[in-house]
Amino acid sequence: MNYKVDKTIDCTGLSCPLPSVKTTLALEHMAVGQVIEVLTDDPVSRRDLPVWAQSTGNELLGIEEDNGVIKIYLRKAA
Amino acid sequence: MTEQTKNKGSVTIVLFSGEMDKAIATFVIATAAASMGMKVTIFFTFWGLNVIKKEGGLIKGQNWMQKMLNIMNYGHAKKLAISKMNMFGIGPAMLKTMMSHKKVPSLQEFISMAHSLGVKFYPCEMSMTVMGLKKEDFIDECEEVIGAVSYLSIAKETTINLFI
Repeated sequence: MNYKVDKTIDCTGLSCPLPSVKTTLALEHMAVGQVIEVLTDDPVSRRDLPVWAQSTGNELLGIEEDNGVIKIYLRKAA
Repeated sequence: MTEQTKNKGSVTIVLFSGEMDKAIATFVIATAAASMGMKVTIFFTFWGLNVIKKEGGLIKGQNWMQKMLNIMNYGHAKKLAISKMNMFGIGPAMLKTMMSHKKVPSLQEFISMAHSLGVKFYPCEMSMTVMGLKKEDFIDECEEVIGAVSYLSIAKETTINLFI
């Protein structure tokens, strides 16, 4: 992992569409280039958040899985 | 419309129904689309107006028919029936409990979330006139009251249009 996480949001227990909504709302208060870590245990979000990133232009840095918690790293685009 | 919004697409939803389940489906789509950067407009018409009504004020309208309709059709975001298995209010209560167990937001939470994501709410002028409702009867998140022509002028520019 060669990036620094600027903010983490915990979306565990939340289902569609909350992880992408909460990510959007969190990114509003972040600067371009900053990295957000989204924690989720929703398998649908693993599929949906990369699609969300592609559609919004934000960069997907990586996805990690740790004890059932999926960690998604995104970099805010302009 | 900027070039960017064009690329990301836009959604218009006509919410004709006044049931909680259909309203939640509307707001799930609306908030998801808004999170994707899409421009989202919801046009509330007829029974759907109940979703954006303020709480309280049972008697509304100018004549006895409107007053009777508004008393029988009383409802707001916290008080809506569901389209199946309503069972005199047991259904919605159970659904709300089941939803909160699964951390699904309530309809009011969805409304404020959609509003902060920039989703625009428009009440329909014609149904308001028929039912004798005023702009003040609706929550403050609403934009101005518009008619079918204004709705269509927005809808014809959008990529996705739904009638719920």
